[in-house]
Amino acid sequence: MLTLTINGETRQVDVEDDTPLLWVIRDTLKLPGTKFGCGVSACGACTVHIDGEPVRSCSFDVKDAVGSDITTIEGLSKNGLTPVQQAWISEQVPQCGYCQSGMIMAVSALLKENPSPTDQDIDDTITNVCRCGSYPRIRKAIHAAAKQQAEA
Amino acid sequence: MANLISRRNFLIAGALVGGGIAVGYGLADDKPTNASFAATTDQGEFALNAYVKISKQGDVSIAIPHSEMGQGIYTALAMLVAEELEVDLALVRVEAAPVDPVYANVVALMDTLPFSDGHHRGEATIGAWGMQKLGGLLGVQATGGSTSVRNSWSPMQQAGATAREMLIRAAADMWGVPASDCRAKEGRIVFKGDNKSASYGELVERASRQALPTERPLKPASERKLIGQSQERLDIPAKVNGTAGFGVDVELPDMAYAAVKLCPVFGGTVASVDEKAVRVMPGVIKTVRFDTGVAVIADSFWRAKKAVEALPVTFNEGEHADLSSDGIFELFSDALQSGDPRGYTEEGDIEAELNNASTVLSARYKAPFLAHACMEPMNCTALVGDNDVEIWVPNQSPTLAAWFAEKTADVPAENVKVHTTYLGGGFGRRVEVDYVVMAVTIAKALRGRPVKLIWTRENDIQHDMYRPAALADFKASLSEDGQINGWHNRLAGPSVTRSFTERLLPWAGADMPDNTAVEGAADIPYKLPHKLIEQVPVPTPVPVGYWRSVGHSFTGFFTEGFMDELAVAANKDPVDFRLAHLKEHADFTSVLTRLKKLSGWEEELPAGTGRGVALHESFGSIVGQVAEVTVNADKELSVDKVYCVIDCGEVVNPDTVMAQMESGIIFGLTAALYGEITLEEGRVTQSNFPDYEMIKLFSCPEIVVELAPSGRPMGGVGEPGTPPIAAAVVNAIYDAIQVRVRELPLSNGDFSV
Ligand code: FES
Ligand code: FES
Repeated sequence: MLTLTINGETRQVDVEDDTPLLWVIRDTLKLPGTKFGCGVSACGACTVHIDGEPVRSCSFDVKDAVGSDITTIEGLSKNGLTPVQQAWISEQVPQCGYCQSGMIMAVSALLKENPSPTDQDIDDTITNVCRCGSYPRIRKAIHAAAKQQAEA
Repeated sequence: MANLISRRNFLIAGALVGGGIAVGYGLADDKPTNASFAATTDQGEFALNAYVKISKQGDVSIAIPHSEMGQGIYTALAMLVAEELEVDLALVRVEAAPVDPVYANVVALMDTLPFSDGHHRGEATIGAWGMQKLGGLLGVQATGGSTSVRNSWSPMQQAGATAREMLIRAAADMWGVPASDCRAKEGRIVFKGDNKSASYGELVERASRQALPTERPLKPASERKLIGQSQERLDIPAKVNGTAGFGVDVELPDMAYAAVKLCPVFGGTVASVDEKAVRVMPGVIKTVRFDTGVAVIADSFWRAKKAVEALPVTFNEGEHADLSSDGIFELFSDALQSGDPRGYTEEGDIEAELNNASTVLSARYKAPFLAHACMEPMNCTALVGDNDVEIWVPNQSPTLAAWFAEKTADVPAENVKVHTTYLGGGFGRRVEVDYVVMAVTIAKALRGRPVKLIWTRENDIQHDMYRPAALADFKASLSEDGQINGWHNRLAGPSVTRSFTERLLPWAGADMPDNTAVEGAADIPYKLPHKLIEQVPVPTPVPVGYWRSVGHSFTGFFTEGFMDELAVAANKDPVDFRLAHLKEHADFTSVLTRLKKLSGWEEELPAGTGRGVALHESFGSIVGQVAEVTVNADKELSVDKVYCVIDCGEVVNPDTVMAQMESGIIFGLTAALYGEITLEEGRVTQSNFPDYEMIKLFSCPEIVVELAPSGRPMGGVGEPGTPPIAAAVVNAIYDAIQVRVRELPLSNGDFSV
């Protein structure tokens, strides 16, 4: 039994220590918002926050998350939508939507670290894959969210 | 046979009178056409026709007969209904339509017709066209070929109008007033001159007893409030908070999970399995062996995956164990040299022209196999009972999924249930049923329990139905004033239609003409006095399938790359050169002229940069693109900006058209820069995103889109953004450094991004 803190709740899980956190989140804890895209840390669909840092959960052993705060897309916002999520709606970013949980988690972590990223900062940090090609809108939405955050 | 043919003609004739067939089926047939939608109603809810349900509380639900895979179809089709029904779009709920021939896709069928003069005007002509897309003849619900809005435009408007008229009559009955004095407004029926009004919820029960109206006038375009105005997509809120339900997210009581190991060689089978080896691994429930692979069922996906990886399996690799992509290209090359080509378009006397011309140019172009790589890996959840089967699956054709679930589970057709989830990308991959058959096969071994099969990314990339590789030879002659006189284009490659048909209906596959092998090559709009476009079919053991824009995905690159070579040889500006060959086509001319202006074509570019143009019609829409690149002698390349003009006729949701152009460009650019599936020893070399690379934010250009509707009939938007981009980029590279690229991907030509 491992004890995890996820989205502010304490949960017990009975899994092998080396199970990727992604599958514990999805199959054991039944939080399906975090997605599986590649399993090898190459796409970012599985991005969650561990103690506020973005982590690709498909390549992160569950045992290493014990004692940390895990946040998934389901727990990103306590009340209503965050500025990032709002910008995702106003810029009409998602297409199929499959990559977007991971995108939003990665971008949310970036904006916390760097509240007004340049295009270069965005290129360097957000390396998630969107097969539908929503990138131009993602870029616009990141700037829009940064602006909204600054005004708030 | 005779039966099928006449039914086909009937379907086509119906489609020609403006989607009449779907209406005929969906709204005014003898049998209650809303039967399957009515079966989905809750207490106090009424299906007024096959597309519209209203509850006594006034909630409106709309059945969408196409899959939502990111192209915004739920919203566009809901807009068509809401416009006629006079309801607030934000209050409408959408749901996937049940499986019923009433929702068959007729436009997909029309796109299989032979090329004709009317083609560029968006017309379809009735011709004797083999049995391809045979499924279309039998009432197949499908999403593909950029047909969704075109197919459903009329039925959806009619559905809204029919429901509205029924509500009006119900109100008129109730009040004892003439229906002509009542009208619909903001979810209510109001009586003129009086302050009487009733909500749809109050009227719906009464309305459901009204006869289907034969008179259902559509709104004049001038009164439209929704169509043509950008609306926020209905599916987006659920896609920013993790609640949108994809296939991979299906959760059922007592569900088990399956992972598979598949024979890496096409056509190979399992020789032996040592099941005992994994029996004691944690969570393992069962091992299932089938023709092409083995599955482990476990109590979690991760445990299933670990076990199947540990499972000792040997394969009979079969007869294709020596297959390589180089060998396949050699076959194509031989076929171009000495094969027996099938002619698709012929005018004038090309042989004499090329023999006598003084300036003749020739070139060979090459395009590789490609994988779809939908972001959501293939998956399907199946529950097989004693005499029934139920599946939950992200799919582009619930009809095909249902047929194959039925066949695999061996149950009566009426005991098959298909639930279509959101699709994490489709691009043509999810019209296939291989993963449905596999899931049902596996679940049969655990009857009574739902089993969710998930493919890994490696399964997905190595067991796709690939975009076919192709090779093309061009020869063209130029007159002294720089006009093209002769154009000979011979292509070689496998037939998607044949491969697809053989997979689904092994008895029906045959060598016959296939538009998808030459679409975009045989029907180019340029004036070419002598031309011959032909193709040599070369079947390969590599399964090939529909990949976003299908044949256009390579012919756009070939023809527009070669056009550029001719412009250079004629010493003409590439835009003007194209315009000079488009005098008979006002719409192509208009797209290109607008593109020239939008892109600032005549402005100077800094050293080390270049721009290139390409123009291509597909799925009834004309798209022109200009790419701007920065590239140096070391072939370090960046695609900086893409300008795009599209004429797709009437537009329902403009912002969605823009999004689809951006998406299509990036999809095509990904392929142009990196995309390549190769084979060695019968197996696919690539396996996951690290070696099947995708564009990311840093490599994505800025994109500027302009909509230029000319009044043409409505065209598609999901695919037409993809074909021109590769040519626009290679033409821009030539402009910058005078290096001509005739082979994709660019990374093979030593370009680095
Ligand atoms: S699934 Fe984790 S990075 Fe792709
Ligand atoms: S929206 Fe489909 S993968 Fe990003």
